[in-house]
Amino acid sequence: MKKSKFFLLLSLMLAISTFLAACGGGGDNAGKDDKEKGADKTAAQEIKMLEAQAIPNMDSVKSTDTISFTTLNNVNEGLYRLDGNQEVVEGMAEGEPEVSEDGTVYTFKLRDAKWSNGEPVTAHDFVYAWQRAIDPETASEYGPYMMDGKIKGAAEITAAAAQKKEYDLNTLGVKALDDKTLEVTLERPVPYFKSLMAFPTFYPQNQKFVEEQGENFGVNSDSILYNGPFVLADWDGSTDSEWSYVKNTEYWDADTVKLEKVTWNVLKDSQAAANAFETGEVDITSKLSSDVVPQYEGDPRLVKWLEPTIFWLKMNQKNSDALKNVNIRKAIAQAINKEDFVNSVLNNGSIVANYAVPNEFVKNDETGEDFRTINGNELLPYNVDEAKKAWEAGLAELGTDSVELRYLTDDTETAKKSAEYVKNQLETNLPGMKINVESVPFSVRIDRQNKQDYDLQMAGWGPDYLDPMTFQALWLTGGGNNKMDYSNEKYDQLIEEAQTTLAQKPVERYEALAEAERILLEEDAAIAPLYQRSSNLLVNEKVENFTYHLVGPEYSFKWTSVK
Amino acid sequence: MAKYLTQRIIYMVVTLFLIASFTFFLMKIIPGTPFSNADKLSETQLSIMIDKYGLDDPVPVQYANYMMNLLKGDLGVSFQFNNVGVTDIIIKSLGPSATLGALAILFGTFFGIILGVVAALKQNTWVDYTSTFIAVLGKSIPSFVFAGLLQYYVAVKLGWFPVAFWRGPEYMVLPTIALAMFPLATASRFVRTEMIEVMESDYITLAKAKGASWFEIAFKHALRNALIPVITVLGPLVVSLMTGSLVIEKIFGIPGIGEQFVKSIQVNDYPVIMGTTLLFAGLFVAVILIVDLLYGVIDPRIRLAGGKK
Repeated sequence: MKKSKFFLLLSLMLAISTFLAACGGGGDNAGKDDKEKGADKTAAQEIKMLEAQAIPNMDSVKSTDTISFTTLNNVNEGLYRLDGNQEVVEGMAEGEPEVSEDGTVYTFKLRDAKWSNGEPVTAHDFVYAWQRAIDPETASEYGPYMMDGKIKGAAEITAAAAQKKEYDLNTLGVKALDDKTLEVTLERPVPYFKSLMAFPTFYPQNQKFVEEQGENFGVNSDSILYNGPFVLADWDGSTDSEWSYVKNTEYWDADTVKLEKVTWNVLKDSQAAANAFETGEVDITSKLSSDVVPQYEGDPRLVKWLEPTIFWLKMNQKNSDALKNVNIRKAIAQAINKEDFVNSVLNNGSIVANYAVPNEFVKNDETGEDFRTINGNELLPYNVDEAKKAWEAGLAELGTDSVELRYLTDDTETAKKSAEYVKNQLETNLPGMKINVESVPFSVRIDRQNKQDYDLQMAGWGPDYLDPMTFQALWLTGGGNNKMDYSNEKYDQLIEEAQTTLAQKPVERYEALAEAERILLEEDAAIAPLYQRSSNLLVNEKVENFTYHLVGPEYSFKWTSVK
Repeated sequence: MAKYLTQRIIYMVVTLFLIASFTFFLMKIIPGTPFSNADKLSETQLSIMIDKYGLDDPVPVQYANYMMNLLKGDLGVSFQFNNVGVTDIIIKSLGPSATLGALAILFGTFFGIILGVVAALKQNTWVDYTSTFIAVLGKSIPSFVFAGLLQYYVAVKLGWFPVAFWRGPEYMVLPTIALAMFPLATASRFVRTEMIEVMESDYITLAKAKGASWFEIAFKHALRNALIPVITVLGPLVVSLMTGSLVIEKIFGIPGIGEQFVKSIQVNDYPVIMGTTLLFAGLFVAVILIVDLLYGVIDPRIRLAGGKK
């Protein structure tokens, strides 16, 4: 009896190994089939994509991450959308909005467009979605973040909720004048308002549908309504690692859309992504990590662009007397060899940043010139001699000969390597400097930043809309994201002017913003910018018009096709 | 036997309760919030969010709430995703991990045992040395290195198997081999050592004297005794393999639970941390019980209930 049990187990194992061997044969055949199919697909308008994560959240008013934003951008549409040149183009809104004299009231005319259930997209859908986004009950992270201080009444609703007072969602500055006319009232003129309307937080939602679905809304591809170039298909929720976009024939501009299908798979490892690309399993990889990029240097299939994300050292003036001293800050800002840092440590196409607003990010509406042409890339660059002079002066003012600082950073591989480098540079170039590196998980770093429990912090910032303000509002006195006790009246005043009196004068406004940036870096050395990151990915040469974005969603497939 | 089982199951429940409580309080010590954009939120907004999710209640109150829900079988809703229950996450992502882990264990132990038996029978020959060499490789080289090599040479260069993803049997082959190297090495070393010892014992000499065939001696008489220590080490290994290997999942694009667990801790997704910890702990105590019961099946001398009488 027992003997038979044992042999049963043994034969079971044998059976499984035979099964595995059989699978091996099957895999071989499947591979061939794929290749044959691949030959037909040159004609078929279908591309295969990789993403590093699954889709976390398809409820547009609650999404906070680029993967959800990218998906929403392709299956839904707001008043406007961004094209491959990062220009604002028509979406649900038809033509240009009517703007009041003072720039605070926008009236949008909506086009005839349909949701995927056949109902028309109306102005009420926008009002509903925006009110839902600001509603404290929804607990949206981006709703208040994007609306407070911009849309009239938004900040008041948030403030009332925080004090547990009553609030009225109808006080939010968004109204449906009729089914096809949307009126938005702003707190103050917002020069980049149109580009803001391309951001998923401001997309419309169909009230009836959302309320019918309730808790179920947005949990899989059947519980979402679509009004974009594609509809989401075969998505089984946030744990699903495969999904696809299928062309939406009901889309108002369906004639422009060439692709029939975009399929997505999750693959987190960069080298594995490159391997999958090599076998033709995918047409476009996810963004590659810097260890993989050098293998493809000079390869025409490697597509790279500057991301408008800057990494800098924040210098917290709250706890450290040394960092309150402007000379010490100037010494730190000038003592790091950034050129060597981006080449030897990062080595992925990232560039040296001697600025606080990224390069290749925004252009002046009137002149078409990049914002960076005003100040260039020369605000307090690497200069050991100057650094040493400032260091001596600073130490003398403090009456000490040594400074010890904590350096707060993430616990990723890149962050640790960067910390090593910066520590070495500062300790070598500034005699008497002692840096203690503290590598912590991301959420802990943010918590310590919020509590201002750090001296130096390696942090990055990416934009939320196409305007220098998304970077420059950070450093306002008492600003929500300042968190290092930086304060300069002149800086505050210039930013205030850019938001009010100069709001409708693009040239003067950019000059004021540039002057503020100069004060921030050159006069005050409030932060020490290090580098601007670049994105690298592999794109099959048969893909035409691959479109990426700098803000919010990463890609658009509306204009993409297969050769 | 029934009495013994009941007793063990009561201990298991107590163990799980203690683990749940301990994890809950440890988890609350980690600084930070579960909100992915905490760096962008203003203080007012943060306070609304914290209030909304009851994160400002005293920790003992949160603990009591969690435990009450746990008793009802409600593991809560994830912070990272929109309206996705923890139970749902576990069910969906445990499948691929458990399948892969089970395959790796079966494949690994099967070949590990064969390798070990052969090595023991051909002690100090080239067969033995080769087997030792394979075992040393399997033990010392991390699975992600095997994974990378297999992916590059077998999938990209030779094109025998798909590079990655989880769509059918052929997609399981490479990750299984990569993950199986460790159990294979472990099993083969233990079996070899035990077999050598067992082969020298009196009852084997008796079997030989009685004229039993080589196959019968090795597999029927000797191996059974040699398997006892193997089962002891493999029990916990089964759990760790079946609950997902972070690196293997990453490299082969497998939607498993290994990543969920690690990520939940990084982003302070409290309900997912609790859910996955409880799952791992539950599987662990269950496997320990099964191993204890298996001893009795393999070797009647270690019948557990017998000792009680």
